[in-house]
Amino acid sequence: MTGAPAKGGFSKIGGDSLNLSGFLQHLVNAVSLGGIYALIAIGYTMVYGILRLINFAHGDVFTYGIYFAFYGVVLFLMPWWIAFVFSIFLTAFLGAFIERIAYRPLRNAPRISALITAIGVSFFLQNFAVVVFGGRAKSFNPQTGIYPTSFLNMINIGNVRIPILTFITIGIVFVALILLMWIVYRTKIGMAMRAISKDIPTTRLMGVNADRVISFTFMLGSGLAAIGGILWAMKYPQVYPYTGMIPGLKAFIAAVVGGIGSIQGAMVGGFILGISEIMIVAFVPSLAGYRDAFAYAILLFVLLVKPTGILGVEVSEKV
Amino acid sequence: MRKFYVAIATVLAFVVVLASEISEVKIGAGWEMTGPIAGFGQMSWDGVKLAMKLRPTVRIGNKDVPVKVVLLDNKGDKAEAANVVKRLIDVEKVVTILGPCTSSCALAAGAIAEQKQVPMVTNTATNPLVTQNRRFIFRACFIDPMQGELLAKFAWEQLGSRNVAIMVDVAQDYVVGLANYFKRKFAQLGGKFFEEYYNTGDQDFTAQLTDALSKKPDTIFLPGYYSEIALICKQARELGFKGNFLAGDGADAPELIQIGGKFVEGLYYTTYFHQDADLSPATKPFVEAYIKEYNRRPDAFGALAFDAYNLVLDAIERAQSIDPVAIRDALAATKDFQGVGGSITYPEGSGDPVKPAVINTVKNGQFILMTVVRP
Amino acid sequence: MEKTLPNNLKFFLTIVLIFLIGILLFLANNKASEYVILILNLMAINIIFSVSLTLINGITGIFSLGHAGFIAIGAYVSTLLTLSVSQKEMTFLIKPLIYPLNQIQLPFLPATLIAGLVAAGFGYIVAAPSLRLIGDYLAIATLGLGETIRIIANNAWSITNGALGLKAIPPYTNIYWSWGWAFVTVLVISSLVKSSYGRALKAIREDPIAAKAMGINVFSHQVVSFVLGSLFAGVGGALWAHLITTIDPKSFAFSKTFEILIMAVLGGLGSISGAIIGASIYTVGLEFLRVLESPFKIGFISFPGIPGMRMVVLSVLLIVLMLFWQRGIMGRKELSWDSVYALVAKRLKKRGGNDE
Repeated sequence: MTGAPAKGGFSKIGGDSLNLSGFLQHLVNAVSLGGIYALIAIGYTMVYGILRLINFAHGDVFTYGIYFAFYGVVLFLMPWWIAFVFSIFLTAFLGAFIERIAYRPLRNAPRISALITAIGVSFFLQNFAVVVFGGRAKSFNPQTGIYPTSFLNMINIGNVRIPILTFITIGIVFVALILLMWIVYRTKIGMAMRAISKDIPTTRLMGVNADRVISFTFMLGSGLAAIGGILWAMKYPQVYPYTGMIPGLKAFIAAVVGGIGSIQGAMVGGFILGISEIMIVAFVPSLAGYRDAFAYAILLFVLLVKPTGILGVEVSEKV
Repeated sequence: MRKFYVAIATVLAFVVVLASEISEVKIGAGWEMTGPIAGFGQMSWDGVKLAMKLRPTVRIGNKDVPVKVVLLDNKGDKAEAANVVKRLIDVEKVVTILGPCTSSCALAAGAIAEQKQVPMVTNTATNPLVTQNRRFIFRACFIDPMQGELLAKFAWEQLGSRNVAIMVDVAQDYVVGLANYFKRKFAQLGGKFFEEYYNTGDQDFTAQLTDALSKKPDTIFLPGYYSEIALICKQARELGFKGNFLAGDGADAPELIQIGGKFVEGLYYTTYFHQDADLSPATKPFVEAYIKEYNRRPDAFGALAFDAYNLVLDAIERAQSIDPVAIRDALAATKDFQGVGGSITYPEGSGDPVKPAVINTVKNGQFILMTVVRP
Repeated sequence: MEKTLPNNLKFFLTIVLIFLIGILLFLANNKASEYVILILNLMAINIIFSVSLTLINGITGIFSLGHAGFIAIGAYVSTLLTLSVSQKEMTFLIKPLIYPLNQIQLPFLPATLIAGLVAAGFGYIVAAPSLRLIGDYLAIATLGLGETIRIIANNAWSITNGALGLKAIPPYTNIYWSWGWAFVTVLVISSLVKSSYGRALKAIREDPIAAKAMGINVFSHQVVSFVLGSLFAGVGGALWAHLITTIDPKSFAFSKTFEILIMAVLGGLGSISGAIIGASIYTVGLEFLRVLESPFKIGFISFPGIPGMRMVVLSVLLIVLMLFWQRGIMGRKELSWDSVYALVAKRLKKRGGNDE
């Protein structure tokens, strides 16, 4: 790699990234990122749909999903796939536990109290992680046995090299999304969830145990967040107490953009956000610093044009 | 009548002071114990803990006075770093301050220490502005103009780099400064370079890297901190980059290898210390004591924090006083202090020692010493 | 019926109280350690923040989460005006500061005023589109706005020096400036709340549609409240910047808004005296909790200091507060001489009763 400097390297801004193989590379990256956002966004949207609560702690539940998987392998010496499944269930219970302790007592309180409690839970989870897991980043890469090294092997498509992990991510995201749709639309508990999001008292009158269904919703959302977290940590191989902040915030925006309260909306929002984020930086690299602002720009634009989001339902002000 | 009480009180206070003399020397420490670069603060603190164990007292008069170090966490945050120094001085009444590690925090903290006339010794803040126009701020490390030149020369001569991509973390004074010194020397040598920007805490660099790789660099220079360096190396290799990685002392933390894994293999970086580098007579005993205490290899941040502690204790012994201004004068007069990271002499009117640098590389998951560069 | 005091007496008592606080602050300024002075300054600035947020969120009922953005505007505008020309040249390493900012240097008072006005102007611009939204959507939009301001500050190198932030800001903020501005803030906002305008704002909070039916121009009232809140947020930002002397965009992340929200809710959202009490307790409490991070002893067992413990305890306290004491210290009540008198009278009566 020594010798003459590359010819014309300075004049061609973004030159090579504009061709087809470059585009394909970005598209695959974008879909895998968008998928992770979608998984987290569903947790926000389901909780909002049922309780009208913005669960600010959801990003931190995501972080704990990664920590559980990490300690499952490193401390309890589980095989990686058992540790991952273990983490998904443990995170699901964490979500339900948070709901039981912090949100259920406030179900009839003013909305701002519940919101501030959610912020408090988020602060608590972050700082508890600092104290218990330590402030230093933990490594989440295959050399510590957390997942097989073969995941990092490259697949060549044309002249694009894409790690197998990216395809695994996309695959798992879609399996999880299909499973979720099945639960929500084809099972009894899913029907109860949909009913509760319309009207809690009436659903109660129909003989549904609302508290149990709400707990289940939190478990489902948190479990999906854990899946998203593990996939995220495989992509960016580290975990520290604040890992979930940025993806959590992005996913929250995705949920709002898609129409908060709507599961399909969260998926659409997640993919829109992930794809536009990768593409804008890929094609206009000078805007890289504004990547996060761009997410907010989409948010503000959608809120101003259609406040209820792309797939949200119009709610009229009650008098 | 009131005057009388005041006089009595003064005499009493004087007697008490004389009788008890100095019962304790309180030194403050403000490091990045939590936050995104907690690794640096924790490594530094481990170095100081060892130093305290080996040298728990300081000799003033003919008495061994115990030393107490009060540690506060600045979270790697500039505003908090200034706040911590205020608290150390006003509430804890410390006579000298150790830390912070990073230049941004040291700049904010140093402004307060200077104003309050309490000396501050940073172990590893390398940006020249940290000590510039300051009488009370000292450091135990080299400065970035020297490091940047060294890196540029190394890249040009040893790596044969001609077209370098520089990944600049624009949130850190240290990174912007080091990148600038590198660019100046590298351009002088005749090399070409271009920059890409990111912020501390970013996790996805594929967009910047795709753009950078389209300009066909033979080397990527990473003057940032270890977390981001590890992620950038991984993503660059995945995008097919085959050239060299080069970094500054911000890479020097075990997390670099833990997070970066096989992707940081072959990365070169400059730093202050390596256990195999023969920097001074004090190096070997330190390495042995450190391994005995912690059962792992010593790191550069701990080594220089160890030096900073002993530097301050030496100054107190020479000053025979715990008055911050007297300690400052003694520190400024430091000559041929045998630190574990090389000898320290402060030139007239400057808090920047002239010190050797080491160049390390990552091989088989270990930091391996390449060479020692003496000034 | 509760007894009320004559108005003359109340006015007199208020003057005496302000005078007493003034003397205490004067003493503190001359006798107390710089650390105590720092905390007192922070307390005054936090009072400005929480009272201005209370006006927007608590009194008018606009659920805004964008306060940090206005604080950032105030901090940056004032700093760019007070930094010396040579310091600006030294600071702006990556891109030089744009003309005419690079040639201007103003004293602190005009800089603070301009900072407040710019923040207010910005509040006016964003108020119109965001106030069309309601409830949670408004909260989300204002959160997005605040964050957008921060991200712009992070990238507009030729104005804000980007992520490197501004350093060596002259430490102009002292007890007199901070408490003086806190006094002005409380005076302006409480007289607004007491006026018929304030009653209209409260009516909007309770029910915007009913308020509209009563002939209140809901939108313009909301805009006035939002703009006034932004103005004082900007002033507070200017004071804060000249106290801390180093600012960068990270200082204005949304956790800053949350911090202020916590103060306001602790005191009782909707009460100005509550906001003052909440800000004071929060500021002092946060410093007090530092004890948890240094090594401490209980009996013979000594605990090593645990970094981060302070925030764990703080967040637990916040959750517990919300679960068991949602209305905060004051609820929506105001502390007044009448209520103090009533309290004292009750105590006296009780004691009298016991004696018999």
